[in-house]
Amino acid sequence: MNLTLDGVHTHIGRYHILQGVDFQAPAGLTTMLLGRNGAGKTTTLRTIMGLWRASRGAIRLGERRLDGARASDVARAGVAYVPETMAIFSDLSVRENLLLAARAGAMDEARLDWIFGFFPALKTFWASRAGSLSGGQKQMLSIARALIEPRPLLLIDEPTKGLAPAIIDGLIACLKDVKERGATILLVEQNFRVAREVGDRVAVMDNGRIVHAGEMAALAEDAELQGRLLGLSLDSHQ
Amino acid sequence: MTPGARRPDLLPALTPLIVAAIAAPFIGSLPTFVTLTVASLAMGAMLFVMASGLTLAFGLMDVLNFGHGAFIAVGAFAATVVYQFAPHGSLATDLASFVAALAAAAVVCGFVGYVYERLLIAPVYGRHLEQILITIGGSIVIEQLLLALFGTEPLDLSPPAAFRGALVFGQIAVEKYRLVALGLGVLLYVLLLLVLSRTRIGLLIRAGVENREMVEALGYRIDRLFTAVFMAASALAGVGGVLWGLYQSQARAGMGADLLVLVFIVIIIGGLGSVTGCFLGATLVALIANYAGFLAPKLALVCNILLMVAVLLWRPRGLYPLGAK
Amino acid sequence: MRLLSGDPPRGWPARALVVLVALALAATPLLFHGAKPLEVAEKICVMAALAASYDVLLGYTGIVSFAHVMFFGVGAYGVGLASYALGPGWGAMALGLAGGLALSAALALAIGLFSLRVQAIFFAMVTLAVAYAFNVLASQLPDLTGGEDGRSFRVPELLRPGHHFGHWLGTAVTGRTLTYYLVLAGAAALFLVLLRIVNSPFGRVLQAIRENPLRAEALGYRIVFHRTLAVIVTALVAAFVGGLDAMWLRYVGPDTALSFSIQIDVLVIVVIGGRGTLYGAVVGAAVFVIAENYLRALIGAAATATADLPLLPNLLHPDRWLLWLGVLFILAVRFAPRGIVGELQRRHDEGRRS
Ligand SMILES: Nc1ncnc2c1ncn2[C@@H]1O[C@H](COP(=O)(O)OP(=O)(O)OP(=O)(O)O)[C@@H](O)[C@H]1O
Ligand SMILES: [Mg+2]
Repeated sequence: MNLTLDGVHTHIGRYHILQGVDFQAPAGLTTMLLGRNGAGKTTTLRTIMGLWRASRGAIRLGERRLDGARASDVARAGVAYVPETMAIFSDLSVRENLLLAARAGAMDEARLDWIFGFFPALKTFWASRAGSLSGGQKQMLSIARALIEPRPLLLIDEPTKGLAPAIIDGLIACLKDVKERGATILLVEQNFRVAREVGDRVAVMDNGRIVHAGEMAALAEDAELQGRLLGLSLDSHQ
Repeated sequence: MTPGARRPDLLPALTPLIVAAIAAPFIGSLPTFVTLTVASLAMGAMLFVMASGLTLAFGLMDVLNFGHGAFIAVGAFAATVVYQFAPHGSLATDLASFVAALAAAAVVCGFVGYVYERLLIAPVYGRHLEQILITIGGSIVIEQLLLALFGTEPLDLSPPAAFRGALVFGQIAVEKYRLVALGLGVLLYVLLLLVLSRTRIGLLIRAGVENREMVEALGYRIDRLFTAVFMAASALAGVGGVLWGLYQSQARAGMGADLLVLVFIVIIIGGLGSVTGCFLGATLVALIANYAGFLAPKLALVCNILLMVAVLLWRPRGLYPLGAK
Repeated sequence: MRLLSGDPPRGWPARALVVLVALALAATPLLFHGAKPLEVAEKICVMAALAASYDVLLGYTGIVSFAHVMFFGVGAYGVGLASYALGPGWGAMALGLAGGLALSAALALAIGLFSLRVQAIFFAMVTLAVAYAFNVLASQLPDLTGGEDGRSFRVPELLRPGHHFGHWLGTAVTGRTLTYYLVLAGAAALFLVLLRIVNSPFGRVLQAIRENPLRAEALGYRIVFHRTLAVIVTALVAAFVGGLDAMWLRYVGPDTALSFSIQIDVLVIVVIGGRGTLYGAVVGAAVFVIAENYLRALIGAAATATADLPLLPNLLHPDRWLLWLGVLFILAVRFAPRGIVGELQRRHDEGRRS
């Protein structure tokens, strides 16, 4: 399903953070949301998720309006969220974390094996307390939680932060596979290599607005544009 | 350290033993010591029942109900109504009416808790100052309604015949009712732990204690979950009120306000939000109350305040503080 | 204006209300005869000063204490027990007051340092427990405090009812009249001190912390220090007021000096009068004490009128007046959180802006 943002404004307390965000994440594709630190990427995802309330504008998933809905209703509309902070439940075991994410009740064994294929550590520490996992393992768990049931739209905020290169490769394969299965993905990512590899479309933010939208491949080719939109810092990430 | 290996923190769990060991030589006589200790365990179990819901609701939503004590009194009065109509005489009828009294208290308090939560607490979520004020107002109203409905004199709430008397082992006499209260308290503790560790709603509560927002982002209504927890907390307060009322053989509108002080000390000592901490805190407070009540009756409550100070100096967030929040 | 620290009530309605209360209090001994009006006026003075000091905590600092009346009681017991033990005299009262102030400051320091580090809710719980234990202790040490019965004591000759100064405007001026004016002057002076405090740099820091603790901390204010200082200062004022009240009552006991219901009254007065305004305490105290003394009778009359209906007479019984107060309190917290003075000032401010 297409995700469409139309002139979305978000205020946090007295601060006007999103100042008219317009872009579309087309159905079945992976859209990268890029931008400097503090550009408003996380705020955009949280606003879509209903964790901040959009003060103006429209957010649509397919035909359905998401703005103004509670986070739980957004989730039930088929949106899965991997927050920047991972937000795993550290007092619960790995299994229990995934169990809560599976709203249907039971977990699908085949799907679980599919996830273990990308993130084998989760199988090893299946019964462990999530709080005792390493940072990278927690990130895997947070992503697995979004994948345990098929959802039409995934919002993922900087999933590669703190992951070893081998695991990043697993993640890239995973995201491609998820897309194959028909999901729409909106991905915030600072790692340009990952962005180039999984992104179909790209939207670049600055100061709470979209300053560029287009094909990821085109941006990947155009070093001048990259430098102008994203600053020099990107190269150091590679 | 390998993941999953969780260093068990046993030291707090030993504190009741330490307190008992320190008190024993001062008390001197063994039968007295045993009687006092059993009384403490029973009282601790009752305090736990009253306090457990309060601490859980606080852990989940950061809501502290200063009117929690009023629910304790409501439970006791609900029991007096049941006992007015309940038959008694045989062991079976006594047991049945006891269960009926507990159930009535739980249902009535759960219902009042629902109304109370929707009407008073929901509008001031996340605003501590207003919460304290409005729940104080709520406690006044409930207490006054009890006085209007049941009169100003305490009502009789003697334990049924089956629970009266004591079991005697040599020189040591143990009141039957204390064993009943202790048993029920432990049963509820185990049940609560099972619910929290084995059921979906229990997992959601534990998850919500840590991160409400993520629970909501997974598709669950955290406010409904909280309303349910609040109702359960009120019901537990009511059950605790029945137990305490039978222990004291009376129901008084002001009993909740008196107990609330102990309940607060219990949950502060235990660590706000922790069920196991609450159980330990209740036991400690009861031990101190009984030992000090025997050795220096006037200083019993002061000793408990000092206990609270000592525990907080040792562990500023209580015996079993909740993990990162 | 200097006297009011440049912070008078804003707008004529609020101002008129405060002036009215002040004038009425000053003129009560001349306007009315008999003991009751003077009792009521004295209670208003005491509650106004006590509530004003509580407002510095609740309204300006944003913390809820349930031990405020404990400090009031410490001051009252100080004066009462010293006069009882040493015999009537100004020296005994001064000594008792000084002792009460010292003990209050020490207790406030301990409670503040101990429990203000954590959340506001924690402070509320700890103060509740401490105040309760203190109350129980006071009534269980009869040798020292007189226990449940408290202590009656005698005041200096000049303050006794039997001491006649003569007549003025047709009213007998006695030692009671003098005592009343001492209480009024003391309460007024304490109020002006509080007004000065909230308008000082210290008062502004307290408000900054209330508005946004994290920001205030980032600006370098030591939160625990400032809050603890607020608790100590207000505790001293409360103890002072307690001393004045004991001098008026010539008695101290748990019911008049330590009871939890006084704490609730103070809370209600501040919320209904208007928290964070200080003047709200004066207006709230006047409304509350008058309602307590005269509206009760009205409720009672309603109970008699509905005597045939079920339950209603019970709810309207004069002793159930707290029920209606509780309902009113909840409604005030929910729908009129600014209280009387706050609401009047808001209307004035909006009127000026438009
Ligand atoms: N809770 C908050 N309160 C106030 N301001 C906030 C809050 N959360 C975010 N902001 C501000 O909103 C702006 C956008 O923040 P956001 O987290 O969306 O940026 P981002 O693009 O995700 O940055 P990063 O790449 O560092 O994660 C920042 O200026 C930030 O300071
Ligand atoms: Mg971000």
